[in-house]
Amino acid sequence: MKDLSIRRIVRELGQALLPLALALAVGAVIILAIGENPLTVFGLMLRGSFGSLRRLSGTLQEASPMIFTGVSVALAFRAGLFNIGAEGQLLIGGFAAAWAGFALTGLPGPLHVVFCVVAAAAAGLVWGLIPGILKARLGVHEVINTIMLNYVALSLTNFLVGHPYFKEPGQIPQTRDIAASSVLPRFEFLYAHAKVNAGLWVALAVMVAVGYLLARTRYGFEIKAVGYNPEASEAAGISKSRVIWTTMGLSGAIAGLAGAEQVLGVFRCFVSPFPFGYGFVGIAVALLARNNPLAVLPAALIFGALTSGAQEVDVHSGTPREITVVLQGIFVLFIACEFVLRRKRRVGETEGGPKAGGKGREEEGRGEDG
Amino acid sequence: MTEPSTTNPTALAVEMRRVTKQFPGVLANDCINLQVAYGEIHAIIGENGAGKSTLMSVLSGLLKADEGEVLLKGHPVRGRPHLVSRRGLGMVYQHFMLVPNFTVAENVILGNEPGDRVHLDLRAAEEAVRRLGQDYGLNLDPAARIEDLSVGEQQRVEILKVLYRGSDVIVLDEPTQVLTLQEKNELFETLRCLVRDGRTIIFITHHLEEVMALSDRVTVLRRGRVVASLAIQDTDIATLAQLMVGREIGPGEKRTGDVTGDVVLEVSDLTAVSERGLQALDGVSFGVRGGEILGLAGVEGNGQRELVETLTGLRIPSGGEIRIGDQSTHGWSPRQFLEAGVAVIPENRRVRGVVEPFTIAENLVLGRHWKRPFSKGWVLDLGAMEAEAKSLISDFGIVPPDPEILVRTLSGGNQQRVVVARELAKKPVVLIAAHPTRGLDIAGRQFAHSCLLRERSLGAAILLVSSDLEEILDLGDRIAVIFEGRITGILPREEASEGKLGLLMVGARR
Repeated sequence: MKDLSIRRIVRELGQALLPLALALAVGAVIILAIGENPLTVFGLMLRGSFGSLRRLSGTLQEASPMIFTGVSVALAFRAGLFNIGAEGQLLIGGFAAAWAGFALTGLPGPLHVVFCVVAAAAAGLVWGLIPGILKARLGVHEVINTIMLNYVALSLTNFLVGHPYFKEPGQIPQTRDIAASSVLPRFEFLYAHAKVNAGLWVALAVMVAVGYLLARTRYGFEIKAVGYNPEASEAAGISKSRVIWTTMGLSGAIAGLAGAEQVLGVFRCFVSPFPFGYGFVGIAVALLARNNPLAVLPAALIFGALTSGAQEVDVHSGTPREITVVLQGIFVLFIACEFVLRRKRRVGETEGGPKAGGKGREEEGRGEDG
Repeated sequence: MTEPSTTNPTALAVEMRRVTKQFPGVLANDCINLQVAYGEIHAIIGENGAGKSTLMSVLSGLLKADEGEVLLKGHPVRGRPHLVSRRGLGMVYQHFMLVPNFTVAENVILGNEPGDRVHLDLRAAEEAVRRLGQDYGLNLDPAARIEDLSVGEQQRVEILKVLYRGSDVIVLDEPTQVLTLQEKNELFETLRCLVRDGRTIIFITHHLEEVMALSDRVTVLRRGRVVASLAIQDTDIATLAQLMVGREIGPGEKRTGDVTGDVVLEVSDLTAVSERGLQALDGVSFGVRGGEILGLAGVEGNGQRELVETLTGLRIPSGGEIRIGDQSTHGWSPRQFLEAGVAVIPENRRVRGVVEPFTIAENLVLGRHWKRPFSKGWVLDLGAMEAEAKSLISDFGIVPPDPEILVRTLSGGNQQRVVVARELAKKPVVLIAAHPTRGLDIAGRQFAHSCLLRERSLGAAILLVSSDLEEILDLGDRIAVIFEGRITGILPREEASEGKLGLLMVGARR
């Protein structure tokens, strides 16, 4: 519905790439200080993430869960909610997928996979609903609850992995392997040992679905309305609390799917400790994508590439691989700066700007309780 | 405290030469010349969107003019607001910039704190504030917290702030909008006192009687241009009004016909509690017939907001009953009130009325978006939304006439048109209009009034909540007065006079 002109896209892209450029510049200084050539290192990173089908598959593998968590965080953001809990929702979802994967046998292949994926979404949904309902009914801030539920999820899954019912016999703390019928097929056409798997298709489908939801559906309209102005939405007959708890639930379900992708496609069991951080990277991805679901794909690819390029740097240069983590950190910092600046600009606009000379600060801001 | 910077005796206090400022799609200021002499009270008037605020933003350095020159006391204004303020320009915004849980003194010194590098000398601050207050009749307790002050007192703090900074050219943006009559008179006294002391006042308003009462000169803006700049003794209200709107103003539309409809909205013994746990409504009873306007007069803060909220389901009453038609509304959600045909023009349009980051089209269907033709099942019909928006935009004269424009970029008057258009498009059975013309100019006010009268003739039961007696007397078939959460009287319009209503408004029972 909004203007999708080429110019706008180019401008938005430019604004998104500016933080990346700045991060690379700061990174270059650090690499110089180590005594290496930044251009070589960046070249290695680029080669390491896109240089061959093997490396590309590594990048896609990293990006897949980030798409889920990015979309999850972005969706919640549109309703004005900060879902810091994608990490925990991912863990719970992954564990549910693993459970369904080994415990249910005898289901025909495709049905079993679908069931496991649904189980992950349902578990994530529950993990999202908890803070969602607490916020909607009691007004408890979702940031606190989602953060704390991350720890609950971490401890709970660690505990359960050790339980004899779930545990693979042996020294390694992991659940039993999932049945072959519940495995998400890997992209072996890309590269024989590729771990990137059909979860990527699910991720893209979810991304497009959420994009459609926000742009074209009644529910998406209500999510945005509540996110932008809860008071006016309430006055317009939209149930603010319903939007809050359903959106948190949906956001949790999507993050839970990231766990399914990891378990059913990459590890084929729930390992402990589970790879950490996709939920938090999701926040950065959503920020970079400006909470536009469709922009989550390029944003996740950038973060995926930064991660997967690390090994190449480690092997072929004297720069430690941690440089990519440093780069990601600086990158997030610059994205956040840009985000703040944009907000400031917007405030400036409403104050003196294109109000067509209307009173910038018209109306006494006599707020809620006058 | 900074001393006022040196004045150049040959110059004017403020001079603007051919100032032009263009925004995308709008020429906000078109070659404006403005001359304000030292020691005068200069009023700037114009309708919403005439370019007053843009011009003041240019003067304060907040915006940069595309063309033209701005001189403050003979020095060209360029660059940043704090430099301009150091040259002696003080702005008092309509929307106060105060820290609510700081004291008066703390707010006044904010940005110019006395004391050495480490220590804050609060005692000196309080002393300075007290002295300034005595000098200019701005009596305030320097140790009082802002949140405990009335709106009028908060405004005095704003004025103290600019005085403390040594400003000698003071701009006030619609200062009387939020004041009671008493506070308004005190403000005028203060302003006169400041001028006697050699300061210069620029005063933005659209209340013409204030212009006549207070100012020495007046500059009229219309559509970004100066249409006249006159000495006050050379003009009168009628001339100014005509200059402002650019056309003759006829007498306001009058109501026609008697009220014969059935009681549609019936409120009996309604009670409600405010956020602070106080009894906001204390046994309110009244009825409104179809085709009737019931004006609800009263000083703001006597339960009007709570009443409007309970009548729309946003606040749950603690007792009593609201009936709409023959239905009891007990336990209804806002949505159910809406579905029953209750529409509301809310008091604070930017909070309850519009979603500013939404487009005009999205705002116009908000609250009806779940219905056909805007939704088919789960999916929005963007085409139907746009078609509806186009028709409402042309019916209600919303400018700019583009459904895809964000409401954030509209002027206040046009935002209000969006709200009015949307609510009337619901074809309400009950219409609740809370301060529907607040902040609107003459044309906007006439427009809103004619909309209400049209709804009345279509048979809607209308509750008009307003603190503007003139508006209430113009439109109301009957007039109720609310004081401290109780209705102190309901008069037919023939019996109502400003005097009688005034007594009821301060609690004299009828």
